[in-house]
Amino acid sequence: MTAPTASPGPAERAAISRNYRPPGAMVIEIENVTKLYKMGEEIVHALRGVSLNVSRNEYLAIMGPSGSGKSTLMNMLGCLDTPTSGKYHFSGKNVSTMTDDELADIRNREIGFVFQTFNLLPRSTSLANVELPLIYAGLSPGIRRERAEQALRDVGLGERMSHKPNELSGGQRQRVAIARALVNRPSIILADEPTGNLDSRTGEEIMQLLEDLYEQGNTIIVVTHEEDIARHARRVVRLRDGLIESDARQA
Amino acid sequence: MKRLLYEFTESFRIAWTQIRANKMRSLLTALGVIIGIVAVTLMGTAIRGIDTGFQNSLALLGDDVLYIQKWPWGPVEDWWNYANRPVIKTRNADEINRIISNTPNSLLEVAVPVSGRGSTIKVGDARVGNVYTIGTSADYAKLSAADYREGRLFNDSESTAGTAVCVLGCDVADGLSPTRSIIDSTVYIDGHPFRVVGVFAKQGEFLGLFSFDNQAVLPLAAFAKYFSTKQNAELRVKVRDKTKMTEAKEELAGAMRRARGQLPGERDNFSINEQEAIRAQLDPIKKGIAFAGLFITGLSLFVGAIGIMNITFVSVKERTKEIGTRKALGARRLSILLQFLIEAVSICLIGGVVGMIVAYSLFAVVRSGAPNFPVEFSPDLVLVSMMVSIVTGIVSGFAPAWGASRLDPVVALRYE
Repeated sequence: MTAPTASPGPAERAAISRNYRPPGAMVIEIENVTKLYKMGEEIVHALRGVSLNVSRNEYLAIMGPSGSGKSTLMNMLGCLDTPTSGKYHFSGKNVSTMTDDELADIRNREIGFVFQTFNLLPRSTSLANVELPLIYAGLSPGIRRERAEQALRDVGLGERMSHKPNELSGGQRQRVAIARALVNRPSIILADEPTGNLDSRTGEEIMQLLEDLYEQGNTIIVVTHEEDIARHARRVVRLRDGLIESDARQA
Repeated sequence: MKRLLYEFTESFRIAWTQIRANKMRSLLTALGVIIGIVAVTLMGTAIRGIDTGFQNSLALLGDDVLYIQKWPWGPVEDWWNYANRPVIKTRNADEINRIISNTPNSLLEVAVPVSGRGSTIKVGDARVGNVYTIGTSADYAKLSAADYREGRLFNDSESTAGTAVCVLGCDVADGLSPTRSIIDSTVYIDGHPFRVVGVFAKQGEFLGLFSFDNQAVLPLAAFAKYFSTKQNAELRVKVRDKTKMTEAKEELAGAMRRARGQLPGERDNFSINEQEAIRAQLDPIKKGIAFAGLFITGLSLFVGAIGIMNITFVSVKERTKEIGTRKALGARRLSILLQFLIEAVSICLIGGVVGMIVAYSLFAVVRSGAPNFPVEFSPDLVLVSMMVSIVTGIVSGFAPAWGASRLDPVVALRYE
């Protein structure tokens, strides 16, 4: 009898090659980025010249008090917004000059969002919620279902596929959201205060899940103002008044 | 391409969930469309009904018959030029028939004299008043394609001999003898006895003005014995080929001028009328009714469309955060646009289908309750209303859906 572990199946091979990144390859390159907002008469400098590189399989926390430009940077990283000046390359592609629809495609394929308020569609099942990015990716119903089921099993919700968000606990909802972020195999997972709406014990579980995902080779960026949460990351970037105050690696 | 298809199905799924989640709201919104569709559809059936009634009326005149009369059909301003025209004489028919038979390849078939008057017909105690009684020749049978419920028209020999026989319209026959056949009974037309040889099948009314079922047809010779043929006489001329009405009309004018001995250069002192003249007069009226009717009922559909627009705006506002999420997950502008358009169109389609059902039920009720009321329902009306519903949905949903598709994802995500 041959050992079943000797050679990985095609699905596993695909997963491995997908997650395999040459060490040191840059996924995010930001150079001297600024962002101005007009608030009535006043012009707000949300970012005053930020440079930041993130390579594959990093676990990064972005910290800063409110008004530090943290949210603006996150929107920028998530390709929800474009810089006023400066350069942003995502996996080598210049994002700063992209149209709305091109940005939508980048978000769909390259970025998995995890929100503080989960942002699940209330009237859809977990499975339908997780399938959503795949619809916009143009995948056929069969593949969508298969992948969404796998993603839900990966976050430990194999038994909750046909539940709607109001039938799930907060932690389970965030797990569905994480499955949704993972399902299209993005280059980065961008989590904005992922534990902000959870009690500390559930929050810890979610952070453990992110840790696992990191261990499996994913690139994770967490935006938070909580030191406890940031402690999970391997690298912490602190912002103040639209500038990077410190950028430190930690064990 | 495939992606668009998936987004389409997804949009329908969303629309369906959304409509089910807001049943009352969707119902009330659809109600506006329902009322609009019902109004427009019923108006459509009514217009079509009027049109059919009109066509049927004209068909009673015959589309291959020319009428030689003193007066033209339709309005005249210089009436004094017409008033002095000589009356049409029934014997002109014989002259024209002679000319027709002497003309090779004549476009005309036969000329039939018709002289008429209003009469009262009695049999026993039963009497029917105001019957349009006409005297004519046996060629009358060639003019009208009328069927006979019973019996026949008088024949040539009865016609020439002036035998006292008559054919009655079905309403006259039923008025005189509701229970049993009137054939071979003797009726008294203004006091003069005539034997009934036939009863026409039901023909209908002409534009609701004149009933073809309320007439009596006698041989002209018999008619002339008792009644004057000087007033109110006309000639009806059947044309061989109804595609050549204009040429036939010219030939007939020439024949009539010869019969009357009119000199060259003299203006015709008679009018040749055909159903076309009536059509030409009534068509603009008919079109006016249709236009005004559809415009007014269209307003109610417009109100329904405003309701759809309003509800789509509300829906976009309520789901701003959802739009933000969808955009973050990779929805393009078109995806969002489609989603809300399809939602608007779905409500309109539901309204359209329900509206059709209601309109059809109303139509069926009218049809069974008042068979003479001119309504007509047709399958293309269903198709048209469905198209109208879809277009309504697209037009009214477009502005809010467009707004949704242009939302800034950052702003939308922050919206509470």
